[in-house]
Amino acid sequence: MKRPPTASELNLCLCHSCGLACDMTDEPHQCPRCDAPLHRRKTNSLTRTWAYMLAALAFYIPANLLPVMNTVMLGNGADSTIMSGVLEFWEAGAWDIALIIFIASIAVPGIKFVALTLLLVTVQRNSDWARRERSKLYRFVELIGYWSMLDVLVVALVAALVKFQALGDIEPRPGILFFGLVVVFTMLAAMSFDPRLIWDQDTSDTISDAEPPAAPATDGAAPDPTGA
Amino acid sequence: MVNTEHLIICEHCDCVYEKVVLGKHQKTLCARCGGVLQRFNGLTIEQRLALTFTAAMLWLFANFYPVMSISLKGMKNSATLWDSVLALSQGPITFIAMVAAIAIIIAPAFQLVLLVWVLSFALGLRRAPGFNLCMRWLETLRPWSMLEVCLLGAMVAVFKLAGLLDVLPGIGLFALAVLSLMMIRIAGRDIRELWDIL
Repeated sequence: MKRPPTASELNLCLCHSCGLACDMTDEPHQCPRCDAPLHRRKTNSLTRTWAYMLAALAFYIPANLLPVMNTVMLGNGADSTIMSGVLEFWEAGAWDIALIIFIASIAVPGIKFVALTLLLVTVQRNSDWARRERSKLYRFVELIGYWSMLDVLVVALVAALVKFQALGDIEPRPGILFFGLVVVFTMLAAMSFDPRLIWDQDTSDTISDAEPPAAPATDGAAPDPTGA
Repeated sequence: MVNTEHLIICEHCDCVYEKVVLGKHQKTLCARCGGVLQRFNGLTIEQRLALTFTAAMLWLFANFYPVMSISLKGMKNSATLWDSVLALSQGPITFIAMVAAIAIIIAPAFQLVLLVWVLSFALGLRRAPGFNLCMRWLETLRPWSMLEVCLLGAMVAVFKLAGLLDVLPGIGLFALAVLSLMMIRIAGRDIRELWDIL
């Protein structure tokens, strides 16, 4: 398969802040346009991603085992975890709300762990398997990233509202702290991963050595013509 | 120094292309990895600035009016966004209150202030003082601004409490709904175009 020339072949570097293609002939450390630091690849990308992800994985356990909030209604107190919150909605017949919380709080972090591990391992093995699909997977991980904050914000709102002393009182519990940390660390992990590493061992020929081709424009509704 | 401003690099796979002029609803995709290179931006500076002022007003409404109020056996209570941050700040979990405050109050506020500053000067086709720094901060803040998540969270909270007591959505919730949608439009990646215009 033919491909356009890459930035490293043309001795260019993308500025992550303003998107300028920076000329690397004089090895500048800063983007000439916006002064942001320049890196050909994100610094220590694989190590940092592993570190953030393992930290998130460690927090994921207390986040699911510890109670996230305590509800007192008419004198009877009860702790609830994230899963028990989901089950409560499910048993009450509100399967749609149960599904939203389940996807945001349990499925999304789980998918992120699996996807990031897959990306890290394949990059480390210089795999040439399904590069395009792995790129897509990374973009998906970036997109779903912050939706896990949902439960933290729900607990915050509910705890702020229900303040009727003995009649009814809802308080946050430490589980929500660990849960928030999982979200923050998985977001940091996704940000430290450099998706260009997926393509660095790509050996296919370039279309031309000198001039980069014009980017093909596609209509929003039409499918990607180069998707085959 | 070679002029490279007409070039565009795919951030997902490092391929280099020449920029093209896009028509309505068009976008360009990378031929190798399928990532989006350019997207059509339909907002002029004037329109974006006007929307930013609207969003700033909505931010005030979303923060100073209660998001929702509840009543139980004649007792009433209401909560604003700040109240919910405070509810998290008690006990050993204070750290998460800070994260929540950044995500739903501070980051959107900073985004709006920076946008007003940068766009007001851009009206006169000038770069604002501290333009580089402001534009870099707009990039840094974007992933941490989670108003749309907060909106969904507020709606889930309505359903969660509706079984136990009476819930009434407040002005803050409606402001939050419109604000979160507007932030996606005005503070998105396409503000990078200012680098090329100014």
